[in-house]
Amino acid sequence: MLNIENLTMKFGGVTACSNFSAKIKKGQIVGLIGPNGAGKTTIFNVITGVYKPVEGQITFNPKDHKQHLLVGLRPDQIAKLGVCRTFQNVRLFSELSVLENVFIGNHLRIRSNVFSAVFRLPSYGAEEKAMYEKSCYLLEKVGLQDAKDEKACSLPYGMQRRLEIARALATDPRLLLLDEPAAGMNPQETGELTRFIRAIKEEFDLTIFLIEHHMDVIMEISERIYVLDHGILIAHGNPGEIQRNERVVEAYLGVE
Amino acid sequence: MKIKEKSSVTLLILLALTIVGLFLANKFLDSYKIRIITLSGIYITLGLSMNLINGFTGMFSLGHAGFMAIGAYTVGILTMPIPMKEMNFFMQPIAPFLANVEWGFLPALLAAGIIAGLAGFVIGAPVLRLTDDYLAIATLGFAEIIRVVFTNTQSLTNGALGLKGIPNYTNIWWSWGIAFVTIWFMTVLMKGSYGKAFLAIREDEVAARSMGINLFKHKVMSFSFGSFFAGVAGGLLAALLGTIDPNMFRISLTFNILLIVVLGGLGNIVGTAVSALVVTIMMEALRFLDESINLGFIQLKGIPGMRMVVFSVILIAVVLIRREGALRKAKRV
Amino acid sequence: MGDLSIFLQHLANGVSLGSLYALIAIGYTMVYGILRLINFAHGDIFMLGVYITFYGILYTPLPWWLVFLIAPAITGCIGILLEITAYKPLRESPRITILISAIGASFLLQNLGIVIFGGRPRAFPVPKLLNQVVRLGGVSINIVAFIIPIITVLLLMGLNYFINKTKTGMAMRALAKDYDTASLMGIDINRIISITFFLGSLLAAVGGIMWGVRYPQLMPLMGTMPGLKSFIAAVIGGIGNITGAVTGGFILGLGEIMLVALLPRLTGYRDAFAFVLLIIILLVKPSGIMGDKITEKV
Repeated sequence: MLNIENLTMKFGGVTACSNFSAKIKKGQIVGLIGPNGAGKTTIFNVITGVYKPVEGQITFNPKDHKQHLLVGLRPDQIAKLGVCRTFQNVRLFSELSVLENVFIGNHLRIRSNVFSAVFRLPSYGAEEKAMYEKSCYLLEKVGLQDAKDEKACSLPYGMQRRLEIARALATDPRLLLLDEPAAGMNPQETGELTRFIRAIKEEFDLTIFLIEHHMDVIMEISERIYVLDHGILIAHGNPGEIQRNERVVEAYLGVE
Repeated sequence: MKIKEKSSVTLLILLALTIVGLFLANKFLDSYKIRIITLSGIYITLGLSMNLINGFTGMFSLGHAGFMAIGAYTVGILTMPIPMKEMNFFMQPIAPFLANVEWGFLPALLAAGIIAGLAGFVIGAPVLRLTDDYLAIATLGFAEIIRVVFTNTQSLTNGALGLKGIPNYTNIWWSWGIAFVTIWFMTVLMKGSYGKAFLAIREDEVAARSMGINLFKHKVMSFSFGSFFAGVAGGLLAALLGTIDPNMFRISLTFNILLIVVLGGLGNIVGTAVSALVVTIMMEALRFLDESINLGFIQLKGIPGMRMVVFSVILIAVVLIRREGALRKAKRV
Repeated sequence: MGDLSIFLQHLANGVSLGSLYALIAIGYTMVYGILRLINFAHGDIFMLGVYITFYGILYTPLPWWLVFLIAPAITGCIGILLEITAYKPLRESPRITILISAIGASFLLQNLGIVIFGGRPRAFPVPKLLNQVVRLGGVSINIVAFIIPIITVLLLMGLNYFINKTKTGMAMRALAKDYDTASLMGIDINRIISITFFLGSLLAAVGGIMWGVRYPQLMPLMGTMPGLKSFIAAVIGGIGNITGAVTGGFILGLGEIMLVALLPRLTGYRDAFAFVLLIIILLVKPSGIMGDKITEKV
C-alpha cells in the first residue's frame, strides 16, 4: 500500500534521515521506533507532504491498481488520497469545539460548493447532516460523545489525543499515521489504546503506521517494525526479530 | 452546528427590534442623525467583511480601503447620469464604453461587489501565500497601488478630481438592508463546512492542511468574499456621500475598520456589528473635540485631531488589556 | 553633454533620497530582526524628529547645529518610550496583536502631531550654510544632496562599529539570531531592546532632519509615505539585515528618481513604484536580496 524508497531528508547541513526504505502492506500495522531525534517524525512529515525530501520516492496505492507518487504533492492532496495523521505534540483546533474539530476532518470530502453551502441548498443540507452524524459516531467511538460541545483545548491531554484520532478518521483515510499515540499514558491506558487501535483498524479497514516509544505497545500491536537511529534504518522485521537484534539493543542502550 | 432554537428566536427578536428602531429613527430624527445611522450600517458591512478575513480566517489584511475604492468608483461611474458624467470629466472625456451607461442602484452595487471580489481574487492569488506581517504590508501596498492608479486613470476615474454628483441612492434601508444581508451571509457561512475550514486555518495551518484543507483555495475564497462585501460597502458609501476622490481611500479608512473589528472582537459577528454602530456614533459624537463650541459666554476651542487621538488610544488600550484574548478568543454565533 | 549633466543631477538626487530611505530603513530592520515586529510607528517617529528640530531652532536660543545634535537624541528617547508603552506588554502575545498595537501607535503619533503641531504645513528653517547650490560643470546641485550621502556613510560606519565591536552590539546580534537562547544566556533583553529602539529612532530623526533640509515642508502626516517606503526598502534588502536595508534604500531611492526621469509619463505612479517593487520581491524572493532563507518548522 505504501512504498518508501531511498528517502533522504536534510535540513541545511543536517541529515535528518538518509536512504530510508520501507514497505507497508494493506491491512498491516507497522511500527517505527528509534531513540529520540532518530528522524521518525521527519519521515511522517515527508510522507504527508509537510517536507519535500532531498531524494527518494514514495508511492501509495490505496486500491491495488492505482499508483500515486506522494513526493511533490501538497499535504492536503495527500490527505485527500487517503493518508491522514496525528501529531506528536497534538495539534488540535484548540479554540473550536470537540465536535467542530471532527466535523472539519470531514470537509475535504465535501462535494457541494461554497455557494450551495451559504444558500443551504438541499444537496448541501443532506451532506452536512451526514457529516454531522459521522462526526458524532466517531466521537462515540473514541468515547468523547459527552464532551462534544467543549473547547478542544479544555480537554485533558489523553482525551486530546483521542480527539486527534477521531479527527483523522473523519477524513476517511486508508492509511493512518499515528505519531506516538500512547505518549503520557499509564500501562492500563496503553492496554486500552492497543485494543482501540485494533478495533478501528478492523472497523474502518485501515492500514496503520505508527511511531511509539512504549515498547509493550509496539511489540504487541505491530506486525512489522522498522528501527531508525540517527536517520538510518538499522533493522526491520517482526517483533521477535527486532527484540533479538543486537544493533537495536545497542542503539537503545547506547553501547559503543 | 445544531441550530439552537433559543438563539435563533433571540436573533429574530433582535432583528425585529432593530427594524422598528430604524423605522422610528427614520421618522423622527433629523437628517444629520439619520445619516449617521445610515453610515453605521455601512460600517457594519465593512467590519464584518474585514472580520471574515482577519478574524475568522486569521489572515492579516490591510487592503480594505482599496477594495472600497473599487466599489465606490464602480457605483459612482455606473449610476451617474450621463450629463453629469460630461460635467465631471472636463479634463479628459470619459472612456467611451462608460460614457452612455446609467445603471440602477442594485445592479451597480452588485457590480461593485463582483469587481471588488474579482480584484480580491486576482490580488489574493499571489500574496496570500505570505504570512502575517508580510501579508499585511503587501495588502496595504495593493490598496495604495489602487489609489495611485485611480489618481492617474483620468478617463476612467477622473483622476484626482474625483467624482461629484453621484446620485444619493443610499438611505437607511439600503445600508441596513445590506448590513443584514452581510450578517446573514457571515452567520450561515461560518456555520457551514466552509466556514469551519476557515476557522481551522486560523487555528492551525499545519493541522488544517494535513486534514486535507486546501489552504490556498480557502484563503482566496475568504479574501474574495471579504473584498466583495468591502466593494459593496464602498458603493454604498459613494452613493451616500455623492462625492468621492482617491484620497478618501487612504490607510486611515482601513484603520477605522480595524478599530471596529478589534473592539468587536476578531471572529465575533454580533460584537462587530455592535462595535460598528458604537464607533460610528462616537466618531460623530466626539466631533466636538475637533471643532470649537460656542457656549454663548465662552468660546471653547476645539483641537483638530483630538478625536482620532482618542480613538488611537482606545485601540491601543483594548489591545493591551485583552492581549491574547482580543484575537484568540473566538466567540461564535 | 547636457544629457549627461542631467543624468548626473538625477543620480545625485537618487543617491541622496536613497540615503534617507536607508537611514529610516535601518530602524525597521533592527527592530524586526529582534522582535519580528513591523514597527508601523517608525515613520511617525521620523516625523517627530523633524518637528522637534523645527521647534528647537525656532523656539530655543540654541544654534542650529546643536539642535541638529540634540533632537535625534530626544527622538531616540521617544522611541524607547514607544516600545515600553505599546510593545513591551505584548511581547508574549500573538504577532497580530502587537502589529495592531503598532498601527494604533502610528495613528496616535500622527494625530498627536496634528493636535500639538497643527495640521497646516510649516516651513523647515533651513540653515543658510546648507541652503546653497553648487555648480559642478554644467550641473547645479543643492549642496545637501552631497552632504546627505556623506553623513549617511559616516553614520553607517559608526553603526557598523557599534554592532560588531562593542559588547552591546554583539548582544544585539545574538538576540536577533536566536531570541530564546540569548535570553537564557543572561543578556538583559529589555536594555538591548531599548537601545535598539533608541538607535533606530535616532537614525530616523537624523534622516528626518536631512529630509527637512532637502524638502523643507513639515506636516504631521509626512512620516507615513517615507516610513512605508523605507520599510519596503528593508524588505527588499532582506529584513533583519542592516546592509540589506541600506542596499534596499538606495535601490528604492534611485529607482524612484530614475523612473520619473526616464519615463516622465509615469510620474503620477511614482508612489506606486515602491509597492510594486515590494510585491514583486515578496513573490520572487520573500527573504529579500540579502536575507537568509526562512525554513518553516513543524
